[in-house]
Amino acid sequence: MRAIVSVVGKDSVGILAEVSRECAAHNANILDVTQSVMQDMFTMIMLVDIADISSDFASISSNLEKLGDKIGMKIHVMHEDIFNSMHRI
Amino acid sequence: MINTGDILETINMIDNEHLDVRTITMGISLLDCADDDITRSAEKVYDKVTKKAENLVATGEYIEKTYGIPIINKRVSVTPIAMLTAASGGNPIKYAQALEKAAKTLGINFIGGYSALVQKGFSAGDLSLIESIPEALSVTDHVCSSVNIGSTKAGINMDAVALMGKIVKKTAEATADRNCIGAAKLVVFCNAPEDNPFMAGAFHGVGEPDCVINVGVSGPGVVRSAVSKCPDGDLSEIADIIKKTAFKVTRMGQLVGSVASEMLGVSFGIVDLSLAPTPAVGDSVAHILEEMGLEICGTHGTTAALALLNDAVKKGGVMASSHVGGLSGAFIPVSEDAGMIDAARRGDLTIEKLEAMTAVCSVGLDMIIIPGCTSPDTISAIIADEAAIGMVNSKTTAVRVIPAIGRNAGEELEFGGLLGCGPIMPVRNNRSSSKFISRGGRIPAPLQSLKN
Repeated sequence: MRAIVSVVGKDSVGILAEVSRECAAHNANILDVTQSVMQDMFTMIMLVDIADISSDFASISSNLEKLGDKIGMKIHVMHEDIFNSMHRI
Repeated sequence: MINTGDILETINMIDNEHLDVRTITMGISLLDCADDDITRSAEKVYDKVTKKAENLVATGEYIEKTYGIPIINKRVSVTPIAMLTAASGGNPIKYAQALEKAAKTLGINFIGGYSALVQKGFSAGDLSLIESIPEALSVTDHVCSSVNIGSTKAGINMDAVALMGKIVKKTAEATADRNCIGAAKLVVFCNAPEDNPFMAGAFHGVGEPDCVINVGVSGPGVVRSAVSKCPDGDLSEIADIIKKTAFKVTRMGQLVGSVASEMLGVSFGIVDLSLAPTPAVGDSVAHILEEMGLEICGTHGTTAALALLNDAVKKGGVMASSHVGGLSGAFIPVSEDAGMIDAARRGDLTIEKLEAMTAVCSVGLDMIIIPGCTSPDTISAIIADEAAIGMVNSKTTAVRVIPAIGRNAGEELEFGGLLGCGPIMPVRNNRSSSKFISRGGRIPAPLQSLKN
């Protein structure tokens, strides 16, 4: 099972490091990362393999959301199928 | 990997534009619960509903968390209870109590199917069920009731129409101490669909499988936002934008329905392609019409704008889903739509205009609060008018009006939650329809019913 982690907010030092560390702590494997900074707004999308995570989906998702609150970013963790079904025919 | 723009678009729809799945509704057949002893029959109903739907709420919550999509309601619809009453006899209130108890055990939001289908006449169980509706809806909180009084094939049962005017009024009176909430849980239908996931009109039709999952999507805020990005486009462009948006919204419903049916081990019925508003700001069907260029919902041009919207929603949604059903289209429940509440308060949206709008949208006169002094015959006449529109146009129409007992036009009722609030709208109380209603009998099925 693969999930999309999206991170949006004001750019600062160490966002990628913080999010990656949280993923590693749950044994979630990062497969792909894309990021951009436009006018100080940082946007990062990660494709993450969560098939072998050490906890369940709810806890990785809520921990990442909490991390987002801590570093001032909006973080969402969502199953990739939602995007595949909405945007691909 | 998936396009970043697409990902951010979806997240924005959910976070800022109120995109959600309005309901996952499990339809459960109760035909095998029929028993000649009503107590035993009601026990079987409770047992079957709580067994079949025991994981419904947990599954809904799991999908919400995993896919990041809010699922607002988890509901159950059952076989019209009048059919069980036909077999068991007795006071059907026992079934209402069994359904209420099951709803509380399961933690679901509503349970629908305290219903009777009488478009051509009353059979055993129908009359006693209909007469018990006011009490059933006053002693329960989760049970919803509907009565189908007409169809394109059968015509309109005017005896049932006359009866339902009285029942609507009595239901409001029985819950007068709770803002007449009972009447908000009662719908009178023409051409009722058998796979509708939306309340208060959901019931599980006899042609349906034993157990099935139906999904109702929503998204007026998403459509309004998409239309607002095209301020100067012509109406062909607007229709295209709505179709594309409806496609995306419906695909989400299709995904949620298929995951839920797989997890629950129940077949997937239909997606109801709907634009269902909520009283929240930014989640209004009226505001879409206003975004198209109307100063306020209810002014001239509203029916045309709604026709375009309703058609585009279906065209966009139909390709996104494997099976489409239910009511499918834009809903116009006055008290549940911030834009309509506003237009009704200002007097720009009237019952007559709403009646015209129902000829081109998916349901009917929905969540309209009328003066408490409105006579049962006038309510019956409103039902007859609405049923005639449905019968002649081969579409579903419905009436869910709430007589505000002890109050008059200009005052307001507050239901809270998704049912919202609204002003009491004036009705032509000063002119009688009583003679017409008291004639009874049936309005014959129209020529368009003869398609064979």
